[in-house]
Amino acid sequence: MNIIKKFSLGLLITLFLTISANADKIKIGTEGAYPPWNSKDASGKLIGFEVELAWALCRYMGKQCVIVEQDWDGMIPALIMRKFDAIMAGMSITAERQKAISFSQGYADEVASLAVMKGSSLEGMDTPAGINLTKPNAAAKKALKTLTAALAGKTVCVQTATIHQNFLDSGDVGKVNVRTYKTQDEVNLDLASGRCDAALAAAVAFSDYAEKSGKPVVLVGPTFSGGAFGNGVGVGIRKDDTELLNAFNKAIDKARKNGDISRIATKWFGFDASM
Amino acid sequence: MDINLMITSLPKLLDAAVVTIKLLSVSLFFGLFIGLLFAILRLSKNKIINKFAYGYSYVFRGTPLLVQIFIIYFGLGQIEYFRSTFLWVVFKEPYWCAIIAFALNTGAYTSEILRSAFQTIKPGFIEAGKSLGISSKIIFYKIQIPIAIRQSLPAYGNEIILMMKGTSLASTVTLMDLTGVAKYIISTTFKPIEVFIVAGGIYLFMTFIIHNIIKFLEKKYGYSQ
Amino acid sequence: MELLAFGKTGWGDELFIATLMTVAVSITAMFIGFLFALLFTPLKLSKNKFLNFIGNSYTTVIRGVPELLVIYLFFFGGSGAVMYVASIFGYNEYIEINAFITGSFAIGIISGAYSTEVFRGAIKSIDKGQFEASQVLGLKRFVYFFRVIMPQMLRLAIPNLSNVWQITLKDTSLISVTGLVEIMRQSYIAAGSTRDPLFFYSFAAVLYLLLTFLSMKLINRLEIKYSRGF
Repeated sequence: MNIIKKFSLGLLITLFLTISANADKIKIGTEGAYPPWNSKDASGKLIGFEVELAWALCRYMGKQCVIVEQDWDGMIPALIMRKFDAIMAGMSITAERQKAISFSQGYADEVASLAVMKGSSLEGMDTPAGINLTKPNAAAKKALKTLTAALAGKTVCVQTATIHQNFLDSGDVGKVNVRTYKTQDEVNLDLASGRCDAALAAAVAFSDYAEKSGKPVVLVGPTFSGGAFGNGVGVGIRKDDTELLNAFNKAIDKARKNGDISRIATKWFGFDASM
Repeated sequence: MDINLMITSLPKLLDAAVVTIKLLSVSLFFGLFIGLLFAILRLSKNKIINKFAYGYSYVFRGTPLLVQIFIIYFGLGQIEYFRSTFLWVVFKEPYWCAIIAFALNTGAYTSEILRSAFQTIKPGFIEAGKSLGISSKIIFYKIQIPIAIRQSLPAYGNEIILMMKGTSLASTVTLMDLTGVAKYIISTTFKPIEVFIVAGGIYLFMTFIIHNIIKFLEKKYGYSQ
Repeated sequence: MELLAFGKTGWGDELFIATLMTVAVSITAMFIGFLFALLFTPLKLSKNKFLNFIGNSYTTVIRGVPELLVIYLFFFGGSGAVMYVASIFGYNEYIEINAFITGSFAIGIISGAYSTEVFRGAIKSIDKGQFEASQVLGLKRFVYFFRVIMPQMLRLAIPNLSNVWQITLKDTSLISVTGLVEIMRQSYIAAGSTRDPLFFYSFAAVLYLLLTFLSMKLINRLEIKYSRGF
């Protein structure tokens, strides 16, 4: 009985020690597995465009920030559960997500693209360089038709719960064999090993992977934006947290005006991805 | 409680349950043969064969199924040489990787169940066979195996249910089984309790059916000892 | 092998800590499972139909539903549930339960269902005379349960509890969902970083086998110790 009592006590103490009062810090959640937006260095420290941008925004807000790691598929539930107060994880602003949470104004934009391994039959598609799906023009519609034909029956891999998955599920490119993975890394692995005919994700994610792994990954087809791909990447905030939302929006304005966003974006993406 | 969500997600989850049943049956099918094979190997007098069979059983029962699937799916997929062999046609598909992992896993547990069943057959049966002049080989096939199978039914029934739960791990390698679809619905609607009730309910229903089938088989093939 | 080096370049130290975490979670979960089992075993043995139903529901549901699903339920709903309960008591601040407790608790509930079955079976095989003698001596039910029955039950239960321990140990591999860095998650991180899944997952298998092996040795010694005097 004595051991049981001691252990129970220890457990309760551990439990209570973790019920900490809300210090005046802002906790920001990120995935840490989506370079160059956010990733980890060799020692496990969180780095990336959004990590640096977060520090800058917090400076403008005059608050202390802590950056917390969170698996992508639990990102929004973790925010709602108050594990952290804001999401900066390359999360695009979409109508569906806005049902659950609020977004700040967009701070950066990403275009999505299909990728294949060099030598794939999907290379050299006759499509425009980029299409916008919010108000698809004739060229965009034609591109979608070309894609539908090219991808028919093929296996395309995406990260789960992403705008990329939504796009493939929407039927805009017809019936495709969609495979979903927990992280972009797993998508890359299966693309490289030949399990996927193609993969869909942010264009920069693929170029980053190609660069770091040396594998012959090639972008094909048009770059996508708008429509299912949302309108830029913003800070995710709980719906009732209007104070924090305003603070972030003001900070983003300042950061944009001072050129911080452009600078940090160019550093990490190689081009100015700011919005 | 979002009853509407529970109703709308039911058809999707039932479709996914079919995937689960497919995974379960195919894995059990192969697993049974593997189990029988290794049970026999374990009974061998040859020390090397015996140790080998024991090693197989020890490794597959002593490591989590998740590790086994990951090694087969991600690990083997990484080897360039492997990808150039004809085996890649099979291992390329997550479905077959999962089946192989499940079959090997259930094979290990099944081999233990069958082995202990073999070893607890009353010697009287074997002696009776010998005294009637029946050859050892026929004794093995016509007496020992059927008795072992009958004795294993309760434990094997358990194993079937454990394997059914094991198939949920297929969702970690992109297969959309019942758990995979449930997780997807949870992560897009943020209503875990409702989805758990429906998905869990389907699993419980399957458990119930399997349990009753085993009970029926026990009654039908049971014999008084 | 340099991949396993301790220190900055190798993953050895991370994996070592991850192994300790696996053991810590397993022990905690096993303990939480015991608490659940102590609660639900009497319920299952009770003559009261309602209590009996609750006890049976617990073991049937938890043992019949995949662990992953139970873990998802906890991960996506756990904090919310705790906060809901707390708000009933008027505590409306946010509560953060750390990943260790969440993970251990989820595995603990699962482990508890198996332990309940083990305890129930063990109690059933204790000689009825023990119960009768305790009642004749006028001992209250609570008292004789803990002082007379439980010690005997534990001795009988040890072999089956070692099975539950193995199950619990392997189930910890599933809580990488909560972000807790145990063996599976650390291997996943290392595999991703070095793009060498085969090596790290195989090594993870070795680690689990090691833990299994050591557990068996320890439990055998426990069995011998508790069998004394019978």
